[in-house]
Amino acid sequence: MTEKDNRKDPSCNDREEAERKEASPPDPRLLIISSSPHQFGPGSVPKIMWSVVGALVPAAGMAVFYFGLRALWMIFVCILAAVATETLINRLRGVSLSIPDGSAVITGLLLALTLPPSFTFSGGALGAVFAIAIGKQVFGGLGYNIFNPALLGRAFLQASFPVQMTTWTLPNTARFGETDAVTAATPLGQFKFELLLTDHLDLLLGNVGGSLGETSAVAIIIGGLYLLLRKYADWRIPAGFLSTVFVLGGLFWLVSPNQYPDPVFHLLSGGLMLGAFFMATDMVTSPITPRGSWIFGVGAGLILIIIRLYGGLPEGVMYAILLMNAFTPLINRYTAPRPFGEEAA
Amino acid sequence: MDPMPKIVGAVKTRTFKKGVHPTDYKAFTNAEKIEYPPLPDNVFIPLQQHIGEPGRPLVSPGDEVKTGQCVGRSDKYVSSPVHASVTGKVKAITTLPHPVGARAQMVHIQRTGEDEWDLLPVPEDWRTEPLENLRELVQEAGIVGLGGAAFPTHVKLSPPADKAIDAFILNGCECEPYLTADHRAMVELAEKILTGMGILMRVLGVEKGYIGIETNKPDAIEAMRACCTRIGLDVPVIPLQTKYPQGAEKMLIQAVLDRKVPAGGLPMDVGVIVNNVGTALAVTEAVTEGKSLVQRIVTVTGNGINTPKNVMARIGSPFSHLVDCCDGLKEETSQVFMGGPMMGIAQFDLAVPVIKATSGIICTTDSISEKGKTLPCIRCGSCISACSMNLLPTRLARLTEMKQLEAAGELGIDHCIECGSCAFVCPSQIPLVQWIRVGKYRLSQLN
Ligand code: SF4
Ligand code: SF4
Repeated sequence: MTEKDNRKDPSCNDREEAERKEASPPDPRLLIISSSPHQFGPGSVPKIMWSVVGALVPAAGMAVFYFGLRALWMIFVCILAAVATETLINRLRGVSLSIPDGSAVITGLLLALTLPPSFTFSGGALGAVFAIAIGKQVFGGLGYNIFNPALLGRAFLQASFPVQMTTWTLPNTARFGETDAVTAATPLGQFKFELLLTDHLDLLLGNVGGSLGETSAVAIIIGGLYLLLRKYADWRIPAGFLSTVFVLGGLFWLVSPNQYPDPVFHLLSGGLMLGAFFMATDMVTSPITPRGSWIFGVGAGLILIIIRLYGGLPEGVMYAILLMNAFTPLINRYTAPRPFGEEAA
Repeated sequence: MDPMPKIVGAVKTRTFKKGVHPTDYKAFTNAEKIEYPPLPDNVFIPLQQHIGEPGRPLVSPGDEVKTGQCVGRSDKYVSSPVHASVTGKVKAITTLPHPVGARAQMVHIQRTGEDEWDLLPVPEDWRTEPLENLRELVQEAGIVGLGGAAFPTHVKLSPPADKAIDAFILNGCECEPYLTADHRAMVELAEKILTGMGILMRVLGVEKGYIGIETNKPDAIEAMRACCTRIGLDVPVIPLQTKYPQGAEKMLIQAVLDRKVPAGGLPMDVGVIVNNVGTALAVTEAVTEGKSLVQRIVTVTGNGINTPKNVMARIGSPFSHLVDCCDGLKEETSQVFMGGPMMGIAQFDLAVPVIKATSGIICTTDSISEKGKTLPCIRCGSCISACSMNLLPTRLARLTEMKQLEAAGELGIDHCIECGSCAFVCPSQIPLVQWIRVGKYRLSQLN
């Protein structure tokens, strides 16, 4: 009984079929044939991606609030560059336009939020082009990339413009015009190099020096919780990431409070919140298995603490996540669930 | 006070792990009483309506047949006889489109009048009748699992001697959206169902029985409990969380008894036999009334039919007959399925007959072509969180696509129950279960 029987031999049983048709006249309409299931859930890629964009709005809003309209322009430039690059490569590859799925917009937006407030627009655009072209499209586009494109773009900028990428301005001074921006260190930098601890409340609200969208922990948490509630991000990843940082950072602090920052400072400073909620949870580049998500989160936390406390850099969220991205295929392989009932067999 | 509610009250709403929550669309028909539509003028009885060996025709064109008369059977054990579902004359033995796909041999019977029954010899009291006779009666009546799988029931009733069976579960989950045939049967025909359950439990020699019903059928839970009390049957009705695929045997056993059927194993490996509500009903009709399986309850529903109904349909009735009994299809109807929307089979010809496994005829106006185009896998893991068999649907589909069938086999592709949950949740609209079906088939061709 193959399809062939149906198609190739129209004469087969014509007479009987005609008789049956006579016995029960057929409905003349054409019915659509499909293979089950015939009912679908509400989820779709654009819905997920645009929800992520929406969840980033609070953080973007705080960026504009603290760093002025220039922040808005930076976000605009990065998104535009990302979308333009994606469109161009879609054209070159001769595939249909992938802008509606929203993923290129996320990349541009996320990249912008990780840039220092005084970074040049052209630099931002360059980063976005790199993120999309090398970070995503080279691998084959959506779903095929190994590393988070926005983070890869940022890593590229950090390597290309090490000075500009670590020149920070304080929020309010930069707010009314970029020309007389006053440079300042980030809280993590201050601690690393001057052993200065920043006030927790300032960290929570974001009234500190840092990348555009990374300073206000509270804005990021609001968006992040929204994503977790909608199940558009795996809660295990931020849970594993943040708790590892908290516990490990806390241990060091307990041992030597003068030498190491307290765990809350760890959580609220630098790019950790944005990274844990929005970059580590990138579906494409994080593990697909539940156990894998735990390993991914905890691993990123470990690497981060090592970099922060022992590395030459004040901040290491970017490298922590990129490194774990590289391990993702391996993690997936070793955390594959066993079929139902196989354990019992 | 009766003791039943107390036992039941101690039990929380149980379920299995993972699974999905499709919109159930049961409101179309869950309050519609079972109707008995006019008999069809022509029926087409496929010789194969079950898992196993197809039957050979026992009648020839021109023969007169009575309702319930056997018209096809096989000598093989794993098979099931088929019966005339109306009284009339055999017109032809022909090969015509079958609702599960392709074409198959069918006995075309033209009805000549009202039912004249050809009844099976019924025992005086099934409670004392030798078990062998009951088992044979179930076989002769052509009873198969009416939940959808259509596995011959007499085979299920004869577990090998080394399998000790200690529990019987009556499956009243009806977890597929739209379907309400079992639901209505439990509400309206509870006593017949419980009698059937009693017969099945006696044949199997099991003491402990359970009834699993999803909580979206509170009236069915109520009716079955009340009936248990009334007839003094001591079996708990266990409310189960409304979740798909709750009615799959392995999931049901996990939910009700917290036992895990080993991978590749059968319920009897953990001492359990599961039977569907509709099957129990058919057993009662065979054992107490001598009626072979010639009719079943079919839910004709969906937004594409004018008057959705639950109907007692004769096996072999053309779909079009039932559709007409429900005032026809709407103008914009574009798809018709047999079975539920998760596992059902799309039909292109409404002349196909109702078979023993036809639990529903679903007519919808929204077509799959509106579903949007397939995007690459974004590795969201939704399919993995949905798969109650604990598989990796995305990987299995991909491996099949890349023709790496051995690797798919190692990851357990054969354990897939084809429930469709993975394709249901996939935000990229990847035809996961469809690929997996292909993979299972190709792998079986390899070995
Ligand atoms: S892989 Fe098979 S068992 Fe798992 S969800 Fe998909 S269809 Fe169901
Ligand atoms: S649900 Fe679809 S997109 Fe998500 S991991 Fe599975 S196959 Fe990929």
